[in-house]
Amino acid sequence: MSSSSRIDTSKVATTNGTTAATASKPGRAGSLASWADERLGLGTAMKKNLRKVFPDHWSFMLGEIALWSFVVLLLTGVFLTLWFNPSMGHVTYEGSYDQLRGIGMSESMASTLHISFDVRGGLLMRQMHHWAAMIFIASMMVHLLRVYFTGAHRKPRELNWVIGCLLLLLGTLEGFTGYSLPDDLLSGTGVRAADGFLKATPVVGTYMSFMLFGGEFPGEAVIPRLYIIHVLLIPGILLALIAAHMLLLVYHKHTQWPGPGRTEQNVVGFPMLPVYAAKAGGFFFMVFGVIAIMGGLLTINPVWKFGPYDPTKVTAGSQPDWYMGWPDGLLRIIPSNWETVLFGYTISWNVMIPILIVPPLMLVLLMLLPFIEGWITGDKREHHLLQRPRNAPTRTAVMVALMTFYGLAWAAGGNDIIAIKLDLSINQITYFMRVAIFLGPVLAFWITRRWCISLQRHDNEKLLHGYETGIITRSPDGQYSERHLPISGTAAYTLTARDRDEVLSVDGGRDAAGVPAPNSRSEKVRAKLSSWMFSHNVQKPTAGELEEAHHHAQHEAELQSGLDQPVDGHQFDDHRQRDADQVPLRDH
Amino acid sequence: MRLLNRTAGRLSRHRRGPLAGLVVLLMGLLLSGSLYAAFSPAQADTQPSETEQVAKGKELFLASCSFCHGKNGEGIPTVREGYQVGPSLVGVGAAAVDFQVGTGRMPMVRPSQQAPRKPVVFSQEEIDALAAYVASLGPGPAIPDESDYSIEGLSEEEREEAISRGGQIFLTNCTACHNFNGAGGAMPRGGYAPDLHDVDGRYIYEALLTGPQQMPNFSNGNLTPEEKRDVIAYLYSIRETPEYAGFSLGGLGPVSEGLYAWIVGIGGLVVAAVWIASHTTRSKKTKVNA
Repeated sequence: MSSSSRIDTSKVATTNGTTAATASKPGRAGSLASWADERLGLGTAMKKNLRKVFPDHWSFMLGEIALWSFVVLLLTGVFLTLWFNPSMGHVTYEGSYDQLRGIGMSESMASTLHISFDVRGGLLMRQMHHWAAMIFIASMMVHLLRVYFTGAHRKPRELNWVIGCLLLLLGTLEGFTGYSLPDDLLSGTGVRAADGFLKATPVVGTYMSFMLFGGEFPGEAVIPRLYIIHVLLIPGILLALIAAHMLLLVYHKHTQWPGPGRTEQNVVGFPMLPVYAAKAGGFFFMVFGVIAIMGGLLTINPVWKFGPYDPTKVTAGSQPDWYMGWPDGLLRIIPSNWETVLFGYTISWNVMIPILIVPPLMLVLLMLLPFIEGWITGDKREHHLLQRPRNAPTRTAVMVALMTFYGLAWAAGGNDIIAIKLDLSINQITYFMRVAIFLGPVLAFWITRRWCISLQRHDNEKLLHGYETGIITRSPDGQYSERHLPISGTAAYTLTARDRDEVLSVDGGRDAAGVPAPNSRSEKVRAKLSSWMFSHNVQKPTAGELEEAHHHAQHEAELQSGLDQPVDGHQFDDHRQRDADQVPLRDH
Repeated sequence: MRLLNRTAGRLSRHRRGPLAGLVVLLMGLLLSGSLYAAFSPAQADTQPSETEQVAKGKELFLASCSFCHGKNGEGIPTVREGYQVGPSLVGVGAAAVDFQVGTGRMPMVRPSQQAPRKPVVFSQEEIDALAAYVASLGPGPAIPDESDYSIEGLSEEEREEAISRGGQIFLTNCTACHNFNGAGGAMPRGGYAPDLHDVDGRYIYEALLTGPQQMPNFSNGNLTPEEKRDVIAYLYSIRETPEYAGFSLGGLGPVSEGLYAWIVGIGGLVVAAVWIASHTTRSKKTKVNA
């Protein structure tokens, strides 16, 4: 009954009309909607989902960049297929680009030039498609970092994390196959490198290469094969996985930042319709717009400058697109003499390690991250509230270390461009990278973890002693001090809305008869890892500590009474500014 | 006749005027000067004689080059075997001097991995003198004539063929170091293949002939003079062709493209995301209780 008393009755119509209220005639859109609903029955399904609530934060929209750039990829890609001819048949170019007229090339190269110079809007579409691909993979990675740094990969979202990792892998493969299709000098060099990677595989290498190329490289089969992989196979899997990724997102509900009123059981935000439909729809046009501007203004992959692929030619600055840059970098810095000759066969560690071993290993590690963390913590609870990166110092530091490894390998992939643009020696860059690739991640791990921990301390300071007001006062005896004021209740709630970390401990491990407890060895490892992960962290203050600090602050406030007004620096002298009506001026 | 008489009469009226003598004198001087200029024997000494040029070149060489290349251009070796402060210039030819000095690479400011391009120190006359002196040390390639590296004289069709042929020669022989755009590339130990964007055809031709620094020497047996000309024609043609696809991003290939994808693409879109998230969909800025 108490709830009924809270109903606001001020807006209830007060009328003493004599006719009963009737529903007004439905509008045109309304009648159309009922017509459709009576036949399709979508109303019930939509009713729930159109009102689905999503929390609001800019970092939750990073995955959307990937989604919308994928849509741009589909649209521009369909346009390109209308003219592209994925054939390695030999033709003589007779199109509009002067410098290549009369040159022999494959039909795929000739049709790429045709799209670029003789199809209206073709060059714009080609460039939009390529820029969208670059942004698609980049946004997936940014999204992945956001998810990991905020702890959104924890239960129940581990499988969605794995799907995301697969999307990243497939996006990369899709990018590589697309990059290879024009059969220009740059992409041909890339395909030649891929052929080399296949052949570096022990025992089955040459068989795999002959299978892909339909004989010895380059053959006449690889472009049509890559084409069907690029336009049918991988996009199909990508679409299915994107659908699964988003269905799981709806099923799990979106994570949210902690704050007053936000719990593990609810989602606080705006409904899909009208708010998110408008925001997401608007964002699609922004993504489309940015890609269109880039496609219109910035050259990407000028195949006409590379000319057709010819195994006798190569160009400086032959790099893969950015997402393949880091294995290329590892390949560039590995000592070239790392080879073993076994029974007359050469095992090329110098190719296998950077291309065939490290990248798959990194991908598996990436996929396992949530499971490794879950095993160490033993945490089986569901998590819908996000963590600030500083509140998981070891996890944050692990990802920063991985990023550092990636970044250094990536930079090594551009070593020649770095050398000419920064006036450095390419050899010295290589020597530096060989050391930094091992040392850098360790340093980054250590710095990040300490940084996070000091930020945690800072949060505790704020909770216990308030924030720094920036007001410096000087006491009559000449002492300077900065005034602290307590933070708001909302801010304090948000800062304390996190769990205390628990370090696992193993006790004894043997029962009375001296028999070791089952799994005790793995339990010991777990305990060690748990202590590695959590023992340095700063925990949030206890209720008792907060209480004490509160008393202390009150005491301070009493001492400084009169300072609860904005301080103008004249509290202790006689030159205090005053309003005429407040205090009368002293009469001398 | 009447008209002539009248004019003569008017002139004769001024015959004894105060300025008449001066005018006659000036006209006489002008006439005799012009006649002399027109009919005098050709000037033998407008160009310095080769001997004079070599002598002047030697003077300049002693002052600016001999410190590293030796007083007779014989080169100065260092204590380490096989290394030298400056190489011998015997037989490098006038083309090498015209390239090295004409692009400002020589004289070097300090010993380094590679002599960079910098503002030219000498006038063309002085460079010619230096070239003549170095050419006198031993036979070597001469400075090419403009007709050697220009396709001016060819028909429209021949020019097009020359350009596309030059493009293929460029991609086969040059891009491995100089990049597909002629934007340059890295060489071992801090060396580099320089950017070719604004290099004069004459210097490209000389570089091909003489193989400066780490560049190989493309002798006429290797690339015929016509093939060299075609390469230069191709490089000129890609300079003159508008950038159909927009800003070239340095013409460096996928590295600069990746940089733009991250900074402009992802950077711009993250800014857009922040902007969208900080705005409500309502047109009025009333507080929304979420």
